[in-house]
Amino acid sequence: MFDIRELYQEVIVDHNRNPRNFGKLEDANKTLDGYNPLCGDKLTLYIKTNNNTIEDISFDGSGCAISVASASLMTDIMKGRKLDEAEALFNKFHHLITSDEELDITELGKLAALAGVKDYPARVKCASLCWHTLHSVIQGDAAPVSTE
Amino acid sequence: MPKNSFDVDRARADFPVLQQTVHGKPLIYLDNAATSQKPAAVIEILDRYYLEYNSNIHRGVHHLSQVATEAYESARENIRRYINAHSTKEIIFVRGATEGINLVAQTFARSHIKAGDEILITEMEHHSNIVPWQILAEQTGAILKYIPINDAGELDLEKIDALLTDKTKLLALVHISNALGTINPIEMLIEKAHDIGAKVLIDGAQAVPHTRINVIELDCDFYVLSGHKLFGPTGIGVLYGKQALLEAMPPYQGGGDMIKMVTMEKTMYNDLPHKFEAGTPHIAGVIGLGAAIDYIELIDFEGAIQHEHDLLNYANELADKTKGMNLVGTAKNKTSILSFTLDGIHPHDIGTIMDNEGIAIRAGHHCAMPVMERFQIPATARASFAFYNSFSDVDALFNGIEKCREVFG
Ligand SMILES: Cc1ncc(COP(=O)(O)O)c(C=O)c1O
Repeated sequence: MFDIRELYQEVIVDHNRNPRNFGKLEDANKTLDGYNPLCGDKLTLYIKTNNNTIEDISFDGSGCAISVASASLMTDIMKGRKLDEAEALFNKFHHLITSDEELDITELGKLAALAGVKDYPARVKCASLCWHTLHSVIQGDAAPVSTE
Repeated sequence: MPKNSFDVDRARADFPVLQQTVHGKPLIYLDNAATSQKPAAVIEILDRYYLEYNSNIHRGVHHLSQVATEAYESARENIRRYINAHSTKEIIFVRGATEGINLVAQTFARSHIKAGDEILITEMEHHSNIVPWQILAEQTGAILKYIPINDAGELDLEKIDALLTDKTKLLALVHISNALGTINPIEMLIEKAHDIGAKVLIDGAQAVPHTRINVIELDCDFYVLSGHKLFGPTGIGVLYGKQALLEAMPPYQGGGDMIKMVTMEKTMYNDLPHKFEAGTPHIAGVIGLGAAIDYIELIDFEGAIQHEHDLLNYANELADKTKGMNLVGTAKNKTSILSFTLDGIHPHDIGTIMDNEGIAIRAGHHCAMPVMERFQIPATARASFAFYNSFSDVDALFNGIEKCREVFG
């Protein structure tokens, strides 16, 4: 049996209750929706890039605690990052929530709180929704992202 | 707690899957509206079929084929009896309620409905009773209209007379809503639809496990159901249709078994019900469904229905005392489905926390996105009870809700 607190750590509960960077970014130059049709979650990501750098980033929409906390933490860590740094973080985060292999996660900071998701396969999509959406934005995709 | 003579422990013992632990806790299965569990009697008959007489039906002279054909056709008779149809010719085996509705849309409706005609459904339909009509409307130019629902999740009956017009060719509606638990007054609606000459299809997927169905008394033109919600296997369901309508309908799919004679130029279709059963059917599924009906007829079904009702009343009492819990669907006439939200906690998180406690519930839109839209919510958590659930299962549900509160502080 898993202790449910491994999944719902304080950081996650807190970021769910008070999501950071929540709300539309008026001067965003890139906007993309991400859907999780399974649970009806829908997040919109707003990004302002300049010179291959994420100058500002925010999100809004509705979702479960895992997807909201993940988006809140992700937007926090992405501010000021170069796009290739953002992609590297995407890969690290993906690894964190899907793989049992040890890796150095100091770079991910508070995002480490989402590691518990890997014991809940049904919830991996919740944690990765905003990340896939960001990844698509960086890749230049215009179509909304769906986790299905 | 009300006393009822129905013996839950005995019923529970009939369902092997319930005798297990999940995440170290006894399994509390409250996702019966998604699919019901299967009694040992059904599982054993599936085994017997594959162990002893697996063979194709309607086409073999050999012994096994004859045994299988007899078992298949006697299951059809079970279903006829269970829903009180006039004849086994009116019992068509399909994959489930979904395929039954699609069959009616693409045969009966497609050949009868023209541009400008209206199909009337409701805001509380499962996607399987919306999308086939949208497809048909696209194909024919027909117009799809919806009977609205009120805040309690009941049909707004005052709107019916304005919506049922001489343009309405078909009324298709759910008997019991899977998302809200509402039991619709289908007798009255069938009568009203018939008064203006429309035909009526009833989606009985959620109704057959919780009520006695009598298609003759109801006088509905079509009734669909899914075996897996009725304690039978997945992949098998039933379309009931009035014989005269089925006779006049073009076939659905072409293939083996649905023909009398095929020449290179043309085909003579088989008689009912085979005309609508092209290809090798889900023989084991049909036999399993027949066994499920045998099982239901053996237990005290009236007592079982009363017991489910008592469970719902008990859950409603506890819900009343639970702060921050909002019931979605509070119809006066309701079956044992409890759809709810908790303030500040997303249904998906409720589902995971419950699962960790060994409690299986459903979280999501329940394939009824228009219902979610109507109530302006993305999703609900849903506990749905069967007769093998006990009062302590209801207690476990509310302890699970307490646990959700703890986790989210
Ligand atoms: C009311 C209702 N109608 C139709 C269906 C579709 O049934 P199936 O998926 O077995 O075809 C369901 C199943 O969830 C249902 O609850």
